[in-house]
Amino acid sequence: MIEVDVGARSGRFQLEAAFSASGQGVLALFGRSGSGKTTLLNILAGLVRPDRGRVTIGDRVLFDAGTGIDLRPERRRLGYVFQEHRLFPHFDVRGNLLYGSRRAPTNERSVSFEQIVELLDLGRLLDRRPTGLSGGEKQRVAIGRALLASPRLLLMDEPLASLDAPRKDEVLPFVERLRDTLRLPIVYVTHEVGEIIRLADQVVLMSDGRVAATGLVEEVLGRRDLRPLTGIHEAGSVIHARVLGHDERYGLTQLAFADKTLLVGRLDLPVGAAVRLRIAARDVSLATTPPQGISILNILSGSVVEVVPDRDSHMDVLVDVGERLWARVTRRSAADLGLAPGRPIHALIKAVAVDRRNLGR
Amino acid sequence: MFLTDLEIEAIQLSLKVALWSVACSLPPALLVAFLLARGRFPGRVILDVVTHLPLVMPPVAVGYGLLLLLGRKGPLGAWLHDSFGLSVIFTWRGAALAAAVMGFPLMVRAMRLSLEAVDRRLEAAASTLGAGRLDVFVSVTLPLMSPGIIAGILLGFARSLGEFGATITFVASIPGETRTLSLAIFALMQTPGGEAATLRLCLLSVVLALAALGASEWLSRRLARRLGMGHDRG
Repeated sequence: MIEVDVGARSGRFQLEAAFSASGQGVLALFGRSGSGKTTLLNILAGLVRPDRGRVTIGDRVLFDAGTGIDLRPERRRLGYVFQEHRLFPHFDVRGNLLYGSRRAPTNERSVSFEQIVELLDLGRLLDRRPTGLSGGEKQRVAIGRALLASPRLLLMDEPLASLDAPRKDEVLPFVERLRDTLRLPIVYVTHEVGEIIRLADQVVLMSDGRVAATGLVEEVLGRRDLRPLTGIHEAGSVIHARVLGHDERYGLTQLAFADKTLLVGRLDLPVGAAVRLRIAARDVSLATTPPQGISILNILSGSVVEVVPDRDSHMDVLVDVGERLWARVTRRSAADLGLAPGRPIHALIKAVAVDRRNLGR
Repeated sequence: MFLTDLEIEAIQLSLKVALWSVACSLPPALLVAFLLARGRFPGRVILDVVTHLPLVMPPVAVGYGLLLLLGRKGPLGAWLHDSFGLSVIFTWRGAALAAAVMGFPLMVRAMRLSLEAVDRRLEAAASTLGAGRLDVFVSVTLPLMSPGIIAGILLGFARSLGEFGATITFVASIPGETRTLSLAIFALMQTPGGEAATLRLCLLSVVLALAALGASEWLSRRLARRLGMGHDRG
């Protein structure tokens, strides 16, 4: 359990943040730049001292202004992966990796050097200097260094932000791997929706130094009223599904959710694997009768829950097909189809609309 | 190359005085550099000014100040003599002290600059990895500022070799005790027919200076490579 209720002021910026989250899986701190995400992470790590409040992780009080408790960063036992790698230039990769593990109490060392080198594929790099590494390699070493200190929780501050797209794709699978194999709780700061869908279980949405919403990823990202804050200009929904099977002949994967199935482009995942996917509202069309002779593979029947006019000529329509989906249609279509709450409807989703970037596990 | 006994004596004394003065002023110089670079306390400006005084004052005045303070009748000198039977005046220890005082601001400056250039975010990273404050200083800060420490040592050493005014005022020019290279050169110049011997000592001091410079250059290059600031791999 992570419980935070703090206030901190730096210059003209005022942070007033309170949230609690289960101390398991990946918790995303999400918001635009300047919303206070990194400050909050630094408060957790003990690098920034709040003016008031209390921070507890599990049964440990890390900070309590009332009783004057303020554990030093080195006593908190939280790993920190910074936005910039912050590797020590005077040590080689091995020296960097061992820095934290040498200082971890012997009885609390939960991971071995070999295990981390293997997990992050660092074997080739051990004798090299940080200056000679690529951005992606540096960030992997930084992750390994934090993990080898055997932390109780890992803090990651936009670890992919300083990397270009190919390097991001190089590092992201490693983050997924450590989430899945080490079962280490992670607090992950990001402003990328894609990373949240792929990695996170819970989200704390930050805005102007305040917590705007806390909850499960699919709840928070699906909320229409939060769209100005999430920066997701397009409506969309996040749903949970399971891999039902693969159609090798056509390169498709069949997913199951609620009582429905969904065909998407071939996914490299085993049958039975749980996935989470985001379906943008503009990729969902609506029909009042099941259409025939159409290229769209996914036709899901359900009913209209809500019709919300958007600023311009569009309407956002929430439909229930077992899970709730947002669909975006023109005002004219909405009028022609007579869309209103309760109306039976068919949602049409193109298989190509769901790609790897919109998927998480 | 054949050196006279007098030359060997002067060189040995100079090296002894220079090494002791550097060794003894290194820890306090590091502390003052740290206070000036990182400290936020009242009186910081005063510390800064006092540290730099020997740099801007005439060396003779510094020597005279030391004489007043540490002479037999000086407040500190009398105490040292009565409590420990220790006397620095007119001894090589006094020469080392005079050289240390004169070199101190140079050492502090070099170390302070390098300390200010140390990326504090690396220190924060070290603390999240379980290193306490002293541990962070020893394992991260010191190695990263080591080029500045080397530069400070060289400056202090060179200042000590060249020190004249404060030394001659404070501990006079006693052969075998306080007559270092610079003082010996001056003494020979005053001696009729000492031109050749003077020139030999001057050349010796050039050799000594070049050796010190070469050693520090070699050391700082090695360090720069180790710190990844060199040219090896982008």
